[in-house]
Amino acid sequence: MAVEAKRQGAGLFPHVDEQGITEREVNILERVLGPESARVVRGMFTNTLSIIGLALIGLFIAVSLLAPVLAPPLNPNKPYNIPRDGFSAEPKPPMTEWKRNAPDIPFWYKAVVGKDQWVHLMGTASGQYDVYYGVIWGARTAFIVGIIIVGISALIGITMGSIAAYYGGRVDDILMRITEIFMSFPYLMAALTLSAILTPRLGRGIYSAMVALTVFGWMSYARLVRGDVLSVKERDYVMAARVIGASDRRIILRHILPNAIFPTLVYASLDLGSIVLSFAALSFIGVGTEIGYADWGQILSFARDWITALNRYWYIVAYPGAALVLFVLSWNLVGDALRDVLDPSMRGRGT
Amino acid sequence: MLNYILRRMALLPVLLFGVTLLIFSMLQFLSPVERASLYVRDIPKNERAIDGLIKRYDLDAPIPIQYWRWLVGKVDSVTGEVKGGILRGNFGYSRTSNMFVVDIVRQRFPATLELTLWAALPIVLGGVWLGVLSAVNHNKPIDQVARIFSILGYSLPIFVFGLVVLMIFYANLRWFPPGRLSDAMTQVVLNPAFHRYTTMNTLDALLNGRLDVFLDSLRHIILPVVTLSYFSWAVLVRVTRSSMLESLRQDYVTTARAKGLRERDVIGRHARPNALIPVATVGGLQVLTLLSGVIITETVFDYPGIGQAAAAASVQLDVIAVLGLTLFNAVVLVLVNLVVDITYAFIDPRIRLD
Repeated sequence: MAVEAKRQGAGLFPHVDEQGITEREVNILERVLGPESARVVRGMFTNTLSIIGLALIGLFIAVSLLAPVLAPPLNPNKPYNIPRDGFSAEPKPPMTEWKRNAPDIPFWYKAVVGKDQWVHLMGTASGQYDVYYGVIWGARTAFIVGIIIVGISALIGITMGSIAAYYGGRVDDILMRITEIFMSFPYLMAALTLSAILTPRLGRGIYSAMVALTVFGWMSYARLVRGDVLSVKERDYVMAARVIGASDRRIILRHILPNAIFPTLVYASLDLGSIVLSFAALSFIGVGTEIGYADWGQILSFARDWITALNRYWYIVAYPGAALVLFVLSWNLVGDALRDVLDPSMRGRGT
Repeated sequence: MLNYILRRMALLPVLLFGVTLLIFSMLQFLSPVERASLYVRDIPKNERAIDGLIKRYDLDAPIPIQYWRWLVGKVDSVTGEVKGGILRGNFGYSRTSNMFVVDIVRQRFPATLELTLWAALPIVLGGVWLGVLSAVNHNKPIDQVARIFSILGYSLPIFVFGLVVLMIFYANLRWFPPGRLSDAMTQVVLNPAFHRYTTMNTLDALLNGRLDVFLDSLRHIILPVVTLSYFSWAVLVRVTRSSMLESLRQDYVTTARAKGLRERDVIGRHARPNALIPVATVGGLQVLTLLSGVIITETVFDYPGIGQAAAAASVQLDVIAVLGLTLFNAVVLVLVNLVVDITYAFIDPRIRLD
């Protein structure tokens, strides 16, 4: 309430501040971002759950950037291949000594772990793949995979949606029917199929699953953009642009999209969590990535060999599982908070 | 109303045509020889025979002809029987399971259907109940618990949850076994005296009046059901809660309270029915999620359904089988969607009057 009052009557009550934010800070935020964005940012940083979410995302970004320091790769050219300590099938528990092929020891290791030799901090999976290494580099895989898939599907969706909405009529009909046809498939199953088809053609790795998830993942963006473009295209400034003879392309790119794209971008960026989840699901089933690729779903799939003995080999599930859950949870927390802040019916109710 | 249903029905052929077209274009990634599995069991080894096969089934013909063959099949000039043709239910031959895809479907669909039906029950009942409860007690402890439960629920990947459940209840406590039936009960079920009406174990057991078989199959199915349904449950709690909160803010609820109705009636007769309309939409969408979820759930629990077959086939790159199963699932989905859409029209007058 206080912030709201301040925005309307700026300067009237310079000392009233119930939120603990000083007047000067409010002004800086508002001057840089404008009142509406300032309200959103403030909302995000005053909500406990969203702060937890943002902190977790920050942590994952840090881990993925620092991966070479946290878990030095054996072969710097192939950092996504999890190093193996021998080949025996039986997993080894955490803190077992690393016997063969141990990587270099990073500077922090002795101080933190207190040992001179590498140990398997999180144990090994079947085939002696080091779980710790996979969890750390898996964070990088998650961001790469998520950002590329979300980026390309959003691009496809935005193109389809804005063309459909701008031209309307038959174009709209056809494009929306196509969207519906793609939506008629069970998402995961369709992606599974396409990546099975693409794997022999693109080779084993992350690409077939990425293409498959993109092909069957753009539809919701198309629908969102379409709705927003429909409402924006009737505005006066679009009419004005048309009157002075701007081309369709220019009108869409310069006048409509900048004003209609924001909700879709927000939605897309929050989709990162669930996209990474779908990717992990595919690699858990066993399509896409090769065995031993540093990906959370891939490590979890080792657990399938030990269903009857998971009480003994819990660490194959616990660590990569926790990483995946926290990753998805962090995006959901932020997404939830953002939705509350952006919800017009919540405006002016304070936080 | 009739108008709406007719318009919705008219869309059906368009969607089905599109679905087949999309599957068919994915088939075009395969070589003609690989596509021969659409029509015959055995692919000959020698080159002349392969060429003959390709000619016979038009596998290198122009795309429209190939598409037509794929739809209606081709009559074998010698035996006179029709080979292939998805309209006849011939989805091709799976080399990894050594059977026709249609037989995989026939064998495994009841299991998947059983799993999905059992999963739908707690979602609809429990989800709505908890969502309403949470909204009515807005910001009270029960609401907070429900919110945390639901946000955890939709952040928890099915396969992680499934593995954890297996770790606790199967490996540690040994309460619930995997599979569909224990050995002793499998004997009972295979006995000719036991009528397989639907090949859904729980339902058949009830129809045969065998409570022991019913309880045994329930014990086997409960972990997969929980694993498959908790995600949709969490989603439904969330949607019901926010929709109910919205509904409780409306003027007609205030009016109902003002004229002195009991709170139970205000909620049960005024607020809840209107709050359930968006819930129905989301509930319909969750059918999609369930059908996608069965792949993971069945894989984790080694449950012999369609999803597990599709996953196993795709790992071994048996594309004909995966495509066939996906086509089948997509058609099921289109039909389910149709039913759901028409049901909305009965629930929500705004849709049918539009």
